Amino acid sequence: MQDREATTRLLATDAARQPSPPPVVRARGLTKAFGERLAVRGIDLDVPQGGCFGFLGPNGAGKTTTLRMILGQSPPTAGRLEVFGLPVSTHIAEIRARIGVVPQADNADPDFTVAENLRMYARYFRLPAAVVKPRIRELLEFMELAERADEPIKSLSGGMKRRLTIARALINDPELIILDEPTTGLDPQVRRMIWNRLRQLGRAGKTLLLTTHYLDEAERLCHDLVVMDDGCIVAQGAPAELIAAHVEPQVVEIPGDMARIRGLLDGIAGLRIEQVGETGYCYTSELAPVLQKLGEVPGLRYLHRPTTLEDVFLRITGHGLRGG
Amino acid sequence: MTSPTLAGSWLARLPRPRGGAFIVWLRNLLVWRKLMAAGLFLAFGEPFVYLLGLGYGLGRFIGDLDGLSYLSFLASGLLASSAMNASSFEGMYSVFTRMTHQQTYDAILATPLSVDDIVAGEMLWCATKSVIVTIPILVVAALLGAVAGPSALLAIPVFFGIGLCFAGPAMVMAALAPSYDFFNYYVTLLITPMFIFSGVFYPVTALPAAAQVFVGLLPLSHAVQLLRPLVAGLPPENVGLHLAVLLGYALVGYLAATWLVRRRMIH
Repeated sequence: MQDREATTRLLATDAARQPSPPPVVRARGLTKAFGERLAVRGIDLDVPQGGCFGFLGPNGAGKTTTLRMILGQSPPTAGRLEVFGLPVSTHIAEIRARIGVVPQADNADPDFTVAENLRMYARYFRLPAAVVKPRIRELLEFMELAERADEPIKSLSGGMKRRLTIARALINDPELIILDEPTTGLDPQVRRMIWNRLRQLGRAGKTLLLTTHYLDEAERLCHDLVVMDDGCIVAQGAPAELIAAHVEPQVVEIPGDMARIRGLLDGIAGLRIEQVGETGYCYTSELAPVLQKLGEVPGLRYLHRPTTLEDVFLRITGHGLRGG
Repeated sequence: MTSPTLAGSWLARLPRPRGGAFIVWLRNLLVWRKLMAAGLFLAFGEPFVYLLGLGYGLGRFIGDLDGLSYLSFLASGLLASSAMNASSFEGMYSVFTRMTHQQTYDAILATPLSVDDIVAGEMLWCATKSVIVTIPILVVAALLGAVAGPSALLAIPVFFGIGLCFAGPAMVMAALAPSYDFFNYYVTLLITPMFIFSGVFYPVTALPAAAQVFVGLLPLSHAVQLLRPLVAGLPPENVGLHLAVLLGYALVGYLAATWLVRRRMIH
C-alpha cells in the first residue's frame, strides 16, 4: 500500500513537470439548480485526453445532469464549462460535432431500419456520403450487427438496440464518447462484449466518459473516476488509488448486529467495523487474526474479500451505492 | 440566485435556425415515404366520399352559393380545412411523439443540430404535410368538375401557407401537453368550431354580424376566402389581408413554439 502511494506521488509530480495535453472537459464551480434543489453543487472537473473517465454514484447524484450540461442540453446555473477548450455556452454545435453520445435509453428511430438509422444520423452531422457508406459497414461489423442491417428496430433485442446506439454514437468518428449507463439492464454476455469494444475504442485514442452505478464496470474500464454524491464530487482518482487511499485492503462481511460482531472480534486491534442493513463490514489490514477468531465460532458463515470501490463509496458517503 | 434570469434570457432569444432545419424536414419526409403506401388509398378515397356525398347530395337542394356550384364551393372549403387538419395533427400528435415517447429530439440534440433547427424543420414539415394531403383532394375535385382551371395550381403555395399558419399553434400545444389527451381540448374548442363556422359549408355572411366579426379573426376563414376564387377561377379579393393573417399566425405561432419547445427540451 505504501509502495502504491509512493508510485502515485511520483506519477503526479511527473505529470506536473511534463506539458500534458489540455483536458477534454474542464469545469470550474459548475452548478445546476432546478428551482430550489441543487442537482450539481459547484464541481471542479478535469477529464484528461485519452482513456476512460468514470462518473460513479447512486441515482440522483448529479451524473446525468453533469453530462447534459457538457452536451449543452442543460444550461449551467453558474460556473465555467469548456469542452475541447471551447465554452459550451457559445460553441455547442462545434463541440457536439466532435462528440458521440450513448444516452441512457435507446432512442433509435423506430420507422427506420438499422442501416437507415445510421445513415440518417450521419446526415445530422452533414457527413459526405462517400465517407458514410464504408463507415456504416465498418460500424455494423464492429458492433456485430452486419446481418441485421436491413431489419426494422422493433425486431431487435435489447442488447442489439444498445449496440446500435453505440454504433450510432461512432458515426462521426468522435474524439470524445459520452456513455450514460451503457450496460444497465443488459445480460452478462452483452455487457462483456460492450466492455471489450469500449476498451478497443480507448486503445484507438478516444476519450471515454461514462456514468455507471456498477462498480465492476467502473473498476474494469475506468483509468480515472470521480465519485459523486448529492451533487458533489466526494472522491477522485484511479480505482486502485481510491481504494488504497480510503479503505483497508481487506474486508470480512459477517451477518449480524454490531454488538455481536464486536463481541466475536474482541481483542483484535486496528479493526474498523461498519454496519449496513443486516451485515457488518469488518475492515482490516491484517486478515489472519480476524479469520482465526471467526474460525473458532462453529457454524458461522462469513465472506472475506479484497476491498472494492463499493467500500470506498460506503466509507466516504456513509451509505451504499445502490441505496443512495 | 442568478438562474432564472440567465435561463430566462436564453429561452427568450429570437429563434436562430440554420440549415439543420432541412435535415429535420428530410427525416420526416423519409419516414413519410416509407409509410405512404398505406395512406394513399385513404388520401384519394376520403375526398371522393365527401365531395360526392355532400357536394352532389346537398348540392341538389342548395343549388348555387355565391355564384358557385355547391360542389365547387364545398371543394375549396374542404381544401382549406384539410390543410388545417393535416398541419395541426402533425404538429400536435406526431411532434409530441417525437418529443417524448420516441425521444427523436433527444437523439438529434446530441448532434450539431439545435432546438431551433428542430422547430423550424417541423414547421416546414407540417406545411409540407398540408400540401401532401390537399393535392389528392384537388385532383379529385378537378375530376368531379369542381375546379375551374389552371389558376387552381396557385392554391398549392396557399396550402403550404395554411400549413405554416396552423403548425405553430399546434406545436405550442405539443410543447405544453402532458399527454395525448391534452389535444382534445384544442381540437374540440378550436379546430372543430373553426371547421363549422369559417365558411367551409356555407358563406360566413349567413352568420349574425357580430359572429362574422369574430369569425373574421380566425385564420381558417381567411384560408377559405383565399382559396375559393383560385379554385373557382374567380378574381381573388383582399389577398394581402388574407395572407397577412395567415402569415401573422404563422409567425406568432413559430416564436411561441420555439420558446416553449426550448423550455421543454433544454432545462
